[in-house]
Amino acid sequence: MSTARTIPPAPNGAAAGETPPPDALLAMYTTMLTMRRFDERVRDLSAAKAIPGYAHTYFGSEAIAAGVMAALRPDDWIASTYRCHGHAIAKGVALEAMAGELYGRTTGTAKGKGGSMHVSDFDVGMLGAFGIVAAGIPIALGAALTAMRKGTGQVAVAFFGDGAVHQGVFHEGAGLAMLWNAPVVLLCENNQYAEATAIEYHLNTSTIADMACAYAMPAERADGMDVVSAYAAARRAVERARTGGGPTLLELVSYRFSGQYEGDAQGYQPPEEIARWRERDPITTFERLAPERGISTEALARVADEVDRAVDAAFAAAERAPFPEPDDLFDDVYVSYP
Amino acid sequence: MAVQTFVQTVARTLMQEMRRDDRVVVLGQDVGKRGGVFLATEGLFDAFGPDRVIDTPLSEAAIIGAAIGMAVHGLRPVAEVQFSDYVFPGFDQLVSQAAKLRYRSGGSFHAPMVVRMPAGGGVKGGHHHSQNPETHFVHTPGLQVVYPSTPRDAQGTLRTAMRGEDPVVFLEPKRLYRAVKEEVSDDPDATLPVGKGVLRREGDDVVLISYGASMAETVQAAAALAQQGIEADVIDLRWLLPWDEELVLERVARVGRVVLVSEAPRTANLVSEVAATIAEEILDMLEAPPVRVTGFDTPYPYAQDRAYLPGVNRILYAVQQVLEY
Repeated sequence: MSTARTIPPAPNGAAAGETPPPDALLAMYTTMLTMRRFDERVRDLSAAKAIPGYAHTYFGSEAIAAGVMAALRPDDWIASTYRCHGHAIAKGVALEAMAGELYGRTTGTAKGKGGSMHVSDFDVGMLGAFGIVAAGIPIALGAALTAMRKGTGQVAVAFFGDGAVHQGVFHEGAGLAMLWNAPVVLLCENNQYAEATAIEYHLNTSTIADMACAYAMPAERADGMDVVSAYAAARRAVERARTGGGPTLLELVSYRFSGQYEGDAQGYQPPEEIARWRERDPITTFERLAPERGISTEALARVADEVDRAVDAAFAAAERAPFPEPDDLFDDVYVSYP
Repeated sequence: MAVQTFVQTVARTLMQEMRRDDRVVVLGQDVGKRGGVFLATEGLFDAFGPDRVIDTPLSEAAIIGAAIGMAVHGLRPVAEVQFSDYVFPGFDQLVSQAAKLRYRSGGSFHAPMVVRMPAGGGVKGGHHHSQNPETHFVHTPGLQVVYPSTPRDAQGTLRTAMRGEDPVVFLEPKRLYRAVKEEVSDDPDATLPVGKGVLRREGDDVVLISYGASMAETVQAAAALAQQGIEADVIDLRWLLPWDEELVLERVARVGRVVLVSEAPRTANLVSEVAATIAEEILDMLEAPPVRVTGFDTPYPYAQDRAYLPGVNRILYAVQQVLEY
């Protein structure tokens, strides 16, 4: 039953559109590097069992969250997935609160009740990470409809992976988004693996973007390994949504350098395939292209220093933060309960 | 005799049943080439190929629904839902379709199928990877529900489930997947009867009743009680729908004191049903009110999961309550 299908090659390089100015680019680089350093710490702490439970790192897709968030306003909404660290960092969730959540401390975004897969922060427009695949899509739609009703001009972006397009809520969400012309971007982060299943074994169209035709929805497929490409594509989709043009299915193609979760032996990903994609690492790609984009190596080094310090400080604070009391588990089940 | 963990026993039993009956197919996310995220289907793909060991996309509604269609038309599907928390997108197919198929066709159709799912907490999985959904299923006439706690029981109950004619929800305690190894039968026809529990230990002072993942702590509590000279009867229900009313009533009537343990939330917990039945049937035989030790009526917490789970100390405290009543 499972025959491999041919998927067109991943787009490579920036799509048409202006390259942002150096300071904006440097901000995107800072975001990407923060994600990378944060998740390197998560990887090590997870291997050392200092962070319990399942941790899903974002290695390889940093350009997507950095590029998409750069195209958003601070008051726009995102819905994330269980692979949420990168999205949360890019949307502005405090590193200390994220590290605290991973450690299960009271300083965490969910006061330690959620863990790695459940980072949320409404103050920065992070609707939440959802441990159930595709669950955030209709919820982002709801946020978009609210913005539409209130006339705030806000946009909602639903992040999901390539595997999520086989869930009913993806299709239900896409259908209603188009029917109601909602200001929502359905953002497929195609890292080419639905857990252990490579995309050529699970997709029934040639691309994810192809699925949009069933809903008469505008769609685009772009390089998700280059932050400028991701930003440019996201900007087009976000502007469409913000100006009343309705939803877009945006497929950004990246590659999952890590396994599905930390500790996954990754035996199903051919080593030469990983090596080939590592050559397009979004962070080293950025560093290589930096001079021609008007960014000096000194500037990159300064960012690296700042990022290291910020990540160190966040984890150090989280390690010192108090554990919740057992009785705290009864808090926050309801707003009110007699 | 093979000595195996729970999860190895699941894989081996599936293998044996697939050899025995070529109508058996296995389907689910990454059950094939990967052998399942917990390796509960390891080896099946190499042995039987992609036509019988079917890797599916993440589509629980379609996985369970397709299993119904296969079952109705002559196959014997065993569907895997990777974590029991993922069953809810497929809930309609299981609860409204599979469970009611026979009834709504006046007995014309039936769906001999098994839906396996790792359940329960204790692995720091957070809200969406730790739930105990058994209450939803025992509240659904038309399904059978089983939640074994040991490798040997997994072998017997899974085989019974696969050879049965009705849809079975087969819950697997994921924190016990590799916790113990024990001898399992080499008899390829070793089965365990539907709806029958088992006495894990005999004693005259108090009856402890549990099932699934919480059996580990329940058995530990009984051992701790024995150190204090208190002898507990320990019942592992194994089957939750139907559950073994006869065994429960007989043992509880004999001893007169009972503590019921389950890590699912408290309200409408299966053990509440068991306690209510005890009260209805043999109230005059009781020396103390039944006491439940359960998870709390909250979502499953990440940091405080040890406080949430009914641990040995909470069980011992409950025993003290029923003994001192």
